[in-house]
Amino acid sequence: MSSSPSFQLDDLYGDYPLDSAFDEMREPGGDVRAPYQALAETLARLPQEELQRRKQSADLSFLNQGITFTVYGHDEGTEKIFPYDLLPRLITASEWSHIERGLTQRVTALNHFLRDIYSDAKILNDLIIPRELVYSCKHYRRQMRGLQVPRNVYITVIGSDLLRLSNGEFVVLEDNLRVPSGVSYMLANRRVMKRTFPHLFHSYGVQPIEQYPQLLLSTLRSLAPEGRPEPNIVLLTPGVFNSAYFEHTYLARQMGIDLVEGRDLVTHDNVVYMRTTDGLKRVDVIYRRVDDDFSDPLIFRADSILGCAGLFNAYRAGNVTVTNAFGTGLADDKALYAYVPRIIRYYLNEDPILPNVETYLLTDEKERKHVLANLDKLVVKAVGESGGYGMLIGPHATPKMRDEFAKQIEANPRNYIAQPTLSFSRAPCLIGNRLEPRHVDLRPYILFGDKVNIVPGGLTRVALEKGSLVVNSSQGGGSKDTWVLQD
Amino acid sequence: MLSRVADSLYWMSRYLERAENTLRQLDVTMSLMLDPGGATAEIRWQRLVASLGNPPDLEWDGDFDSMARKLVFDDENHASITYSIDFARENARQVREEISSEQWQRLNRLYHQIHAPAAQIQFSVNLGDFLASIVDGIHLFKGVSDTTMIHGQGWQFIRLGRYLERCYSTATLLEVFQPELLTLPEREHSGYSYLEQVGLLRCCTAFEAFCQVYTADISPDRILDFLLLNKDFPHAIRYCVDGSLNALECIQRGIARRPSEELRSAIGRLHAMLGFTTVSEILDGGASAFLHRIREQCMTIHEILYRFYVQYSIQSALTA
Repeated sequence: MSSSPSFQLDDLYGDYPLDSAFDEMREPGGDVRAPYQALAETLARLPQEELQRRKQSADLSFLNQGITFTVYGHDEGTEKIFPYDLLPRLITASEWSHIERGLTQRVTALNHFLRDIYSDAKILNDLIIPRELVYSCKHYRRQMRGLQVPRNVYITVIGSDLLRLSNGEFVVLEDNLRVPSGVSYMLANRRVMKRTFPHLFHSYGVQPIEQYPQLLLSTLRSLAPEGRPEPNIVLLTPGVFNSAYFEHTYLARQMGIDLVEGRDLVTHDNVVYMRTTDGLKRVDVIYRRVDDDFSDPLIFRADSILGCAGLFNAYRAGNVTVTNAFGTGLADDKALYAYVPRIIRYYLNEDPILPNVETYLLTDEKERKHVLANLDKLVVKAVGESGGYGMLIGPHATPKMRDEFAKQIEANPRNYIAQPTLSFSRAPCLIGNRLEPRHVDLRPYILFGDKVNIVPGGLTRVALEKGSLVVNSSQGGGSKDTWVLQD
Repeated sequence: MLSRVADSLYWMSRYLERAENTLRQLDVTMSLMLDPGGATAEIRWQRLVASLGNPPDLEWDGDFDSMARKLVFDDENHASITYSIDFARENARQVREEISSEQWQRLNRLYHQIHAPAAQIQFSVNLGDFLASIVDGIHLFKGVSDTTMIHGQGWQFIRLGRYLERCYSTATLLEVFQPELLTLPEREHSGYSYLEQVGLLRCCTAFEAFCQVYTADISPDRILDFLLLNKDFPHAIRYCVDGSLNALECIQRGIARRPSEELRSAIGRLHAMLGFTTVSEILDGGASAFLHRIREQCMTIHEILYRFYVQYSIQSALTA
């Protein structure tokens, strides 16, 4: 027995189930884990009303700052406040350094992979990855073949989703190599938390994350085309109706760069310009938050008006850096995900530091049979989707939904993968005036330019609905501040 | 600065100025109605609508309260205060990275204030207090804009929008009021006509400033002189024109491109019209026509502004 105080916590904890899932705050026996002691004490000391008051003032701060996101498929009120939980999630320094090493290894290998696929494709010739898996991926861009990208960097901003399993081990659930979002919530959460629990924050000695925009800017600058010593760096947004628009404005403001839309850009002689009050001004680096498909109507989807006609050719000519590069979605295809450990071994000759989640490829007949027979136990995901769309959670689905998915899998097995329903970790959340455990994941943000930079922490996403396993903000998820402690 | 951004800042500012102007005029109209001797509620309402530039769908329905509610809350009506605040915010939302967090928070708060259910209750309990609280919100936004935003090009576009909108709306207001104002019996001191004249000044927050210059000895020609030609009072038309000219010069200074001669001459003409004249000259030539010319000139300036900074052709920019 540790000397952990059980306080008058009974009121606060009430019905707080502890089962096989890893609880971030409490040991299986109910004791509070060492890093969480100070938080537990603070919570026990604070009167209920005070806790609620702080919750309200935090909520108000989010509303007034306009920290909102847009939900697709809803007519009424397109702006929603990002749901937010008041209690921080703690990660120790040693846990973090393990994660950091694992992610650095992973993105380095993935970048090698993209470079290889779009040049010599050695990994395919060596039969490590089936050719058809790559060429059937809808995010593979043949236009990128043989194109020299600046400093050989394909992926500049990566968000990888980590889960913690019952044994306390972190695993990678997926990588987001296209236009990962959420980093502004990480920064906004931290700002609000510092105001909500100033003393607690101070006493914990939390590693700072506020330098993220500056790191992003210097990463972008390091990728500028040759001979442009004072590059004009811009952030390209699809516009005010995009779900992450708040984030685009936030980052542009924090970096002090222009936020441009497709309609602000024109190309002439393979050079990209933006329309300013002072006439046309040349653009050197574009931090792109528009999907491949919508970036250039001449090359990709012709019906898109979000991008800029001629952008790709300017990019190909080396007159402008666009990042992340086009076609990076190939490496976060959920079927290719199963091969990431092999990718790491192939290019780096190392064992993966962070393991993958077991994944069934439905193109394999044996695995497909197994999956179809066990749909009630598995999670099925469409390979090219993100944000929690196109997903079946077997144990929570109705027989009808399972039947529908089974049909879709039979019709197009390449489009789906299956994974076991994971028992991933839970962290305490303030629900009403009680603490209740909810499932959480962790999305750190990785910057890759002349070197790899990961600010300590990331966005902890919470499935705020009781028992839910879906943490995506578009599906009722919220977030928590993540405190990576100093040694 | 991106042309689109300049455009949004300019309109954000115009919409807020418009909301403030409407708020003040509604407030003044309401308080004038408390004194029974003046015009009827219907005539007052029509005059209010005329001085807002005769927007559609505001025909008198016999009930001031419901009309006022429409003018404040009906977001379908382009003249309503809610509509202006919505669009000010929408413009701000598109340039979040250009304005300071403080500005955005102020404007966002104002937006939530007027959309909250509590707003309807406050409106019913005490309309005057309610209107004042919205005006306060706008004033706070302007204050925060001046103290937290860098005084660069973006800020100058905000000023430009504010002054042009104010210049235009004050000219409209005077054009509507001046026939009545000038036909008032000479030096009549009946309380009612005094109230009317004070009301006109208060529409421009000008009463106290007027008294500092002329004492409370109010007369129609002095009112016109003050609201048209005073160079130190921020709501006087001449002040607004000087302000626009100055904002434009500051914008030009940050730009390498040759300034637009057309724009300079359009605004210079307006500047000269107001700078080198007297109120008796204006009255001789017909105040109505003079005010009308000011409004037309404002619209011309707006059009040239657009052609030069926002909607220029790519070809012309490439050859320049």
